[in-house]
Amino acid sequence: MTGKLMDLKAAAALVPSGATISFGGFTTQRHPMAFLRELIRLGRRDLYLFGHSPGGDWDLLIGAGCVKRVELAYEADEAFNTVGPRWRKAVERGEIEWEDYSNFSMVARFTAGAMGIPFMPIRSLLGSDLIRQEALSSEQRAADPRTSPKKIHLMDSPFNPKDRVVLVPAIHTEFAVLHVQKATDQGTVRIEGQTFADVQQALCADVVIVTAEEIVADDVLRREPERNPIPPLAIHHVCHVPYGAHPYAVFNYYDYDPLHLKTYHESAKDDASYRRYLDTYVYGVKDQAGYLEAIGGPARFESLKANPDFGYRPDLKRRV
Amino acid sequence: MATSRYTLTELMAVVAAREIIDGEVVFAGTGLPMLGVMLAQRTHAPRCTIIFEAGTVASRLAHLPMSVGDVRVMRGAATAAGLMEVFSYVLQAGRVDVGFLSGAQVDRFGNINSTSIGADPRRPSVRFSGSGGACDIACLARRTIIIAKHEKRRFPDKVDYVTSPGWLSGGTSRSASGLVRGGPSSVVTTMGVIRFRPETKEPYLAGYHPGLTPQAIAEATGFPLDVAGAAETPAPSDEELRILREDVDPEKIFLR
Repeated sequence: MTGKLMDLKAAAALVPSGATISFGGFTTQRHPMAFLRELIRLGRRDLYLFGHSPGGDWDLLIGAGCVKRVELAYEADEAFNTVGPRWRKAVERGEIEWEDYSNFSMVARFTAGAMGIPFMPIRSLLGSDLIRQEALSSEQRAADPRTSPKKIHLMDSPFNPKDRVVLVPAIHTEFAVLHVQKATDQGTVRIEGQTFADVQQALCADVVIVTAEEIVADDVLRREPERNPIPPLAIHHVCHVPYGAHPYAVFNYYDYDPLHLKTYHESAKDDASYRRYLDTYVYGVKDQAGYLEAIGGPARFESLKANPDFGYRPDLKRRV
Repeated sequence: MATSRYTLTELMAVVAAREIIDGEVVFAGTGLPMLGVMLAQRTHAPRCTIIFEAGTVASRLAHLPMSVGDVRVMRGAATAAGLMEVFSYVLQAGRVDVGFLSGAQVDRFGNINSTSIGADPRRPSVRFSGSGGACDIACLARRTIIIAKHEKRRFPDKVDYVTSPGWLSGGTSRSASGLVRGGPSSVVTTMGVIRFRPETKEPYLAGYHPGLTPQAIAEATGFPLDVAGAAETPAPSDEELRILREDVDPEKIFLR
């Protein structure tokens, strides 16, 4: 393979157990799901996840027992199921360590990391229990450099003592993994639609792995550099993974898959059926090609393919 | 009421949509707010600007989104970027008129819980999704509309966890916390509309839905509610109901 191109399995193998990592996307769109399934098959454990609004990407990793600690604002597939089922169980059973923030504060934290500064002041969180309550104890924080020693810090502006701000600590991760529409062997990346916090997550990570629906010639993306939001010098590895976000949507490529999401959420209700889900769609297949067969093959992808006028599937039946 | 032309969820969506004034900038959270804002845009508020936190500004929704990061919110949007752009340059900078939120619990002063149930959030009996952008919207929009199904357990005197600050403990407690603006203007429920007194921030029942009595609403609420001045909510028009059912949510995504 040329340039930064890498096989998906080889890229996933770079991530060791215990790594700090963030994944791109937002609740129902552009999560690197194929990459996550490889991590689960590799048996990685004790991952530290950082995110704003993940959905089933985190739910799958948490459910498969790969995660030790998370810092987040939200975990759900939104209207498909108002709370991630395995996230909920893991918290209620005491099987996971976590800390709650809001979306703005998490994204401000990624931005601070991306900018190379230690924290970011924001005007949010004031008056809320996100400030008063801490899910991680100071002992847990002090014992592990992967977590900030302090959740937040309240400060009056040095320029105006009546102006109160909340400082949130920068995030640095060892890895960020994004799923995008187009990328090149040189690490040039095109994101279509919302960028979420993918740019900031990439720029605060030591190693950035991009999985892409399409690999295109570098010259093609360089014709419109203003549409390529991440400097290629920050991108280390690029993998070609069509349908890499299934069952979630990729703007202009395919819609979310309500049938598969229903299967997931129903399976997640109890441990035995969840184990069968993992056996069928993760452990029982050897790679992304096997997964695509397991979910119904080309007929299924065709049914989700985006209408180019909309960037999604206007006739998709969502309550199935 | 027995043979009503509409369900309580439909009524709630219509009444919540009416809270939006044409031309306003509306930052909508996930769930029922998406129903209300899309209905408002298609009825009396066609010039409202709809913002979703995942990065879009001024969507012209053709299909009801199921998430604030849905590919459907790209339809007709004027700009698309990321969370940092809308949270910092639009919301924090003071450009949002209305935050539109829902939640699992809403208390006497309009504080919202979408984090967990239980006295100790480190060992909750029920865990929810978490804030998402709700806390930020409640902190930084000029006012907040809250929409929630009216059940006594969902309307306690004090929420188990203040995910999204309302009037906190009433009076001047919100501004004393350092928040620079905002606060809930109304809580629209399946039974009525609650508003807050200007000085004390104590809640009062401003409207009760057709077929209900103010007393029944007070009994279904876990905090003291002054119902003396409540007026009956105008019923949804046939046109509002038609647009809600046929154009906004024909798949019954939220109108279940």
